[in-house]
Amino acid sequence: MMTEKELIIIGGGPAGLCAANSAAESGVKVLILERSPRLGGQLIKQTHKFFGSEKTYAKTRGFDIAKLLIDDVLNLSDNIEILCDATVVGLYPNHEITVYQKGIYQKYKAKSIIVATGASEKFLAFENNDLPGIYGAGAVQTLMNLYGVIPGQSIVMVGSGNIGLIVSYQLIQAGVKVKALVEAAPKIGGYLVHASKLRRLGVPIYTSTTIKRAIGKESVEQVETISLNEKWEMVPGTEQIIDVDAICISVGLSPLHQLLSMANVEMKYVNELGGMVPIVTEEHETSYKNLFVAGDVIGIEEASSAIIEGYLVGLIASKRLGKSHPNYETLIQAYHDQLTNLRSGPFGAKTRIGLAKLRGENHA
Amino acid sequence: MRIEKHPILTFEEKKILHFTFNHQSMTGFEGDTIQSALHANGIKKLSESIEHHRPRGFYCAIGNCASCDMTVNNQPNVRTCITMLEEGMVVLSQKGKGVL
Repeated sequence: MMTEKELIIIGGGPAGLCAANSAAESGVKVLILERSPRLGGQLIKQTHKFFGSEKTYAKTRGFDIAKLLIDDVLNLSDNIEILCDATVVGLYPNHEITVYQKGIYQKYKAKSIIVATGASEKFLAFENNDLPGIYGAGAVQTLMNLYGVIPGQSIVMVGSGNIGLIVSYQLIQAGVKVKALVEAAPKIGGYLVHASKLRRLGVPIYTSTTIKRAIGKESVEQVETISLNEKWEMVPGTEQIIDVDAICISVGLSPLHQLLSMANVEMKYVNELGGMVPIVTEEHETSYKNLFVAGDVIGIEEASSAIIEGYLVGLIASKRLGKSHPNYETLIQAYHDQLTNLRSGPFGAKTRIGLAKLRGENHA
Repeated sequence: MRIEKHPILTFEEKKILHFTFNHQSMTGFEGDTIQSALHANGIKKLSESIEHHRPRGFYCAIGNCASCDMTVNNQPNVRTCITMLEEGMVVLSQKGKGVL
């Protein structure tokens, strides 16, 4: 049996929630499909306060932002239907979707689809990297901040981007001993304000250092680190063994593009955006008509950008369905301005270059 | 390995749920996933890899990587990191691909 819907949004994280919000306010009937048991995406486990502008909830903690976004959507329940525990396992031409929910497969057909699947954590190749006790940084946040369980007594963090720095601090808040933070690059990747906090708490940060192997039988017991030279080659003799019962990997994210690839949407590999991303128009439409994308699935950024992109794409998809928001032009302009603002400055450079590459533009 | 004191978060007292892991009785809280309850009980090795029988734990905790697959109430390949714990669940380490 095929259920027909006006607009289906795949993913109930910040991008999906905000897209649903602006579509519902435009008068469109929306169905949100969320894989996990609850809405909010990765915001629900983020205990740190956000940077950015006031419009994108600066100084508010991630889980509080999630509450606000979820409440907004629940208040529009006349137009928004939500399915949690619902994994989209198939995305086909003609806007057909197969959903797996609690042992049952269901088929849907939508006039328009917004894919807001977000991202997943990258992994790192090293000996014994499959041992239990080795977790992605997001997984550590989920375990600690959502379920109140610590990943181990002592840990080594791999990667000094903002996530690596922030999660190290969160581990300390939860009572875990962070024995070291290692970074393969010669420089700390994230904001120095976060790194300084860790240094003040006595966490050693080793740059030009990577993880050589994990040691343990049934789970992690030790980690062996090694220095890298300027050619990123391991320097023999610089190995260091650290006793830990957990290792946290924070080496970036890549877009969850699999559904789009399945639907045969035109894709491109753009390193700066995190991996395979769909080629899109200015309006965030993929090579498939009325199949839009928003959030990290089109390039790894902060949740703030996903929020704005969600609002923006929700408006565009609705207009295409013949339902324009009363303040369409003003809002579109405002969201474009906010995105430009968020992507300005040195930390937005990667996204700016990535988007230029995606559009096939030349750049220095 | 539950967090007892936290500067930002508060963890309210929740209803206790009983379940078994490889025939051993354990408890978790309402609101736990199967995986978080196991971890709180000190269980890190959830299953074994299909070919080489290497120990497997969870990695992503968002239902993406399949490293936490276990057999739950006779159903194999359950993503225990996004499946909520329920009273009386029978949780087993999975060996091989599982048979429906």
